[in-house]
Amino acid sequence: MILDFEKPIVELETKLAELKQLLYQGSKIDVSETVSLLEKKIQTLKKDTYKNLTRWQKVQLARHPERPYTLDYLEKMTTDFIELHGDRTVGDDKAMVGGFATIDDQTFMIIGQQKGRNTKQRQYRNFGMPNPEGYRKALRLMKMAEKFGKPIVTLIDTPGAFPGIEAEERGQGEAIARNIKEMFMLKVPVICIIIGEGASGGALGIAIGDRVLMLENTWYSVISPESCSSILWRSWDYKEQAADALKLTANDMLSLNLIDGIIEEPLGGAHKDADAMVEKLKEVILKTFKELEEIPAEIRISQRIDKFSAMGRVKE
Amino acid sequence: MSWFKRTEKGITTPTSEKKDTPDGLWYKTPSGKIILTKDLKANHYVCPDDSYHVKIGSKEYFEILFDENEFTELDADMVSEDMLKFVDSKPYNKRLEATQLKTSLKDAIRTAYGKMNESPLVVACMDFEFIGGSMGSVVGEKIARAIDHARLTRTPILIISRSGGARMMESSFSLMQMAKTSAKLALLSEEKVPYISLLTDPTTGGVTASFAMIGDFNIAEPQALIGFAGPRVIRETIGKDLPKDFQTAEFVQEHGFLDFIVDRRKLKSTLTSLLKMLK
Repeated sequence: MILDFEKPIVELETKLAELKQLLYQGSKIDVSETVSLLEKKIQTLKKDTYKNLTRWQKVQLARHPERPYTLDYLEKMTTDFIELHGDRTVGDDKAMVGGFATIDDQTFMIIGQQKGRNTKQRQYRNFGMPNPEGYRKALRLMKMAEKFGKPIVTLIDTPGAFPGIEAEERGQGEAIARNIKEMFMLKVPVICIIIGEGASGGALGIAIGDRVLMLENTWYSVISPESCSSILWRSWDYKEQAADALKLTANDMLSLNLIDGIIEEPLGGAHKDADAMVEKLKEVILKTFKELEEIPAEIRISQRIDKFSAMGRVKE
Repeated sequence: MSWFKRTEKGITTPTSEKKDTPDGLWYKTPSGKIILTKDLKANHYVCPDDSYHVKIGSKEYFEILFDENEFTELDADMVSEDMLKFVDSKPYNKRLEATQLKTSLKDAIRTAYGKMNESPLVVACMDFEFIGGSMGSVVGEKIARAIDHARLTRTPILIISRSGGARMMESSFSLMQMAKTSAKLALLSEEKVPYISLLTDPTTGGVTASFAMIGDFNIAEPQALIGFAGPRVIRETIGKDLPKDFQTAEFVQEHGFLDFIVDRRKLKSTLTSLLKMLK
């Protein structure tokens, strides 16, 4: 899928491909100079475009249908991933996945929301919108990780917790609230990474950690720009203004001290070079774990609590 | 030329000095019962004819709960800082000023400690009339400090929720108040100090998905709307009508998320008995 702001790049790339075709066909006209000029021009345009994205454009990249999802990272980044299902009460939520996995001989409990790639999968994964049993499964797995002394990594990618009848009947609010409270007391290191969309309580329900990091082209906020637009402007048309007002990008969140760091993505987004992205993420997880491992559990817990307790701005 | 002229310009009486809410001499409940506001107040703002619980705020709850309405308010002057310079149909700081003027409140919550039937109690009570009782930095911080106060003095705490959820104009700061309040409750839990969460009409969104749902006791007023997602959002998402009584306190209790529903007239005595048993 090509996003609107990527069209000029794609046009140049198409032209370049045509010229290269001519070269291969042994055309009498010498186009090699034009080719190298065009290649340079594309590089510059790419850098200009992707380094100056608006907030709304970043939201679009965060939702790009080709972006790596939780299971892609699990597959490529870890060995021996064993998926663990179910909340032991109601069922198995397909929008939330998790299990033990190994990265460079270190066992991690990795948990995350999962989106689908095609229509059928999207429905199967409920568009990455967990029900209460998804949050309860996540908490069960986190408690198990704590029991066996294994660090936890959560990968956040959700347009929100599911707003449905059954979700309300089974206590969506309670499930998220309990996760938030319990995650503060986990004795093992917890690393939370926003890999796509971090929408509100549905994201926060697995995002209380010693380190909260965001990939470069992701968003994390209290509401999606569309819903914000519809509530405050009473129309869906102000999503770009809403995105700006919400200050929802990784840069915004870091400058407001609401996250701990940003993980750089390949030029053009995580999906443009998924392997490089996976390597990068793996490196960051291991490095962050090494730092956290050194801190005694009680201190880590009180630092975790102090960090979130300091968030907010008031005047007295 | 007009027949008569107002001599004083502008009316500056703050709401607190005006008539008690609800305004006027009479109050009419949704089912059409009419009651004198004087009698309504004496009856804890519950209509005697149909038991309708009138929506009230911190002023009224403090009156109902604290002995002789004596209490010490915590952080009474705390106000929000418009960190993000948020502008929708009007700038957030203008909205704050206007609401403060209109309601005589500083933000959507007041916290205090005092005595309830001679036993100490901390109460944090939300005010819906302040931007829909939405939770921003002030609500989160005041709850956090009230919980700290409860923990350090080993005093039971009651949080009365009445909120539409997060305050969008504070964006992610607002979101993180869910984390902050829950973190403080986790610490309170460790110290085994009782926390009672009273959910009143309406309690939704980020408030439901944080402190309101994780009381040692979750209790509610009759017929209160309680949910995570609002009914309109759910209806739009699933494209179906919602079941009758969906998201009422009675519905939420039936599904296992409330310990009990309490009539406001019995609130003080019930809380007193409950806390006495925990001593």
